[in-house]
Amino acid sequence: MPETRSTAYDSKIEGNVILTRFDAALNWVRKNSLWPMPMGLACCAIELMATAASRFDIARFGAEVMRFSPRQCDVMIVAGTVTYKMALAVKRIYEQMPEPKWVIAMGACASTGGMYRSYATLQGIDQLIPVDVYISGCPPRPEALLAGLIKLQEKISTERSLRDQKPKLTEKLDDALA
Amino acid sequence: MSCDKLFGSLGKSFGENIQHQSEFRGETTYTISASDLREIAKFCRDELSFDYLLDITSIDNFGEEPRFEIVYHLYSMPHAVTLRLKLKVSEDVGVVDTVSDIWPTANWHEREIYDMMGIKFDGHPDLRRILMWDGYPFFPLRKDFPLEGLPSEMPDVAFTKVTPMEGGPFVTVPSSATSKDREPRARPPEL
Repeated sequence: MPETRSTAYDSKIEGNVILTRFDAALNWVRKNSLWPMPMGLACCAIELMATAASRFDIARFGAEVMRFSPRQCDVMIVAGTVTYKMALAVKRIYEQMPEPKWVIAMGACASTGGMYRSYATLQGIDQLIPVDVYISGCPPRPEALLAGLIKLQEKISTERSLRDQKPKLTEKLDDALA
Repeated sequence: MSCDKLFGSLGKSFGENIQHQSEFRGETTYTISASDLREIAKFCRDELSFDYLLDITSIDNFGEEPRFEIVYHLYSMPHAVTLRLKLKVSEDVGVVDTVSDIWPTANWHEREIYDMMGIKFDGHPDLRRILMWDGYPFFPLRKDFPLEGLPSEMPDVAFTKVTPMEGGPFVTVPSSATSKDREPRARPPEL
């Protein structure tokens, strides 16, 4: 009977293995590949386009793939004035996005209705859909949008997906590894 | 043709139908009656070569009778002359003849007037709302409609709520003082 058993990993490979929480790995994956759904409604959309272009390059942060199909997106960037006429369409697109999804309200109009305190403008998209990050500005500079995206990434890194959704399994794993 | 000749021939053909004529800083305005609109418009386009309709707009003189005024801005490209035609329409009548077959651009201008003021246009090929949605129950640019809006609900189409004004509308009072004095939170009603 051999005294030792060879393991599956050898020392050359062991150096490339990271042990971490499942949540941390999941959050790292999600936050670094946030595919935006550009809900570009007005002038903020121009700044969104500028952020996606080469000088400010939102692709550095993983948000390169601006898919205009909500089924393939993670984060909806509401960029521009939301009129009452458009409001329910934005809500419908939000409902078509698969979980997990986040919302960035870019600019004053999407956050609070902006300068348009009138009969035709929805006073903030958060009256209809839950917003994670608000970016102020009229329009916000591309750097501000990138800062908002980074803030959303920080928010995602604090999420507890496995621990919240599978509490009993988490408990069992904690007990087994303790 | 100079503008004097143009307006001279307009005055000659329609002298008795022109209710009022005024001139201010080189801009000539003719006030006509709503029943003569199409005849005068056709004459302006065909004889006087006012081939470009710059704008149609409407004014709500709330409290006056007749209540609404419609203003047509015509431009003659060959002669580079602008003309303004005004006509009044009362709220009970509420209908004006369309000029969309004379100048096709009037189609959307008249739809906007219908949407915002509620004045209908007789003979318009497609009279429906253009800025608000079909079925919106109010006419927003009338003087008796509040700036913050009125609540309305059309399930699955659109909804409107009353906007919180919070001491606004925030207006600037002209002065050379600091912005704290130039922009008080709300304009007091007596100003």
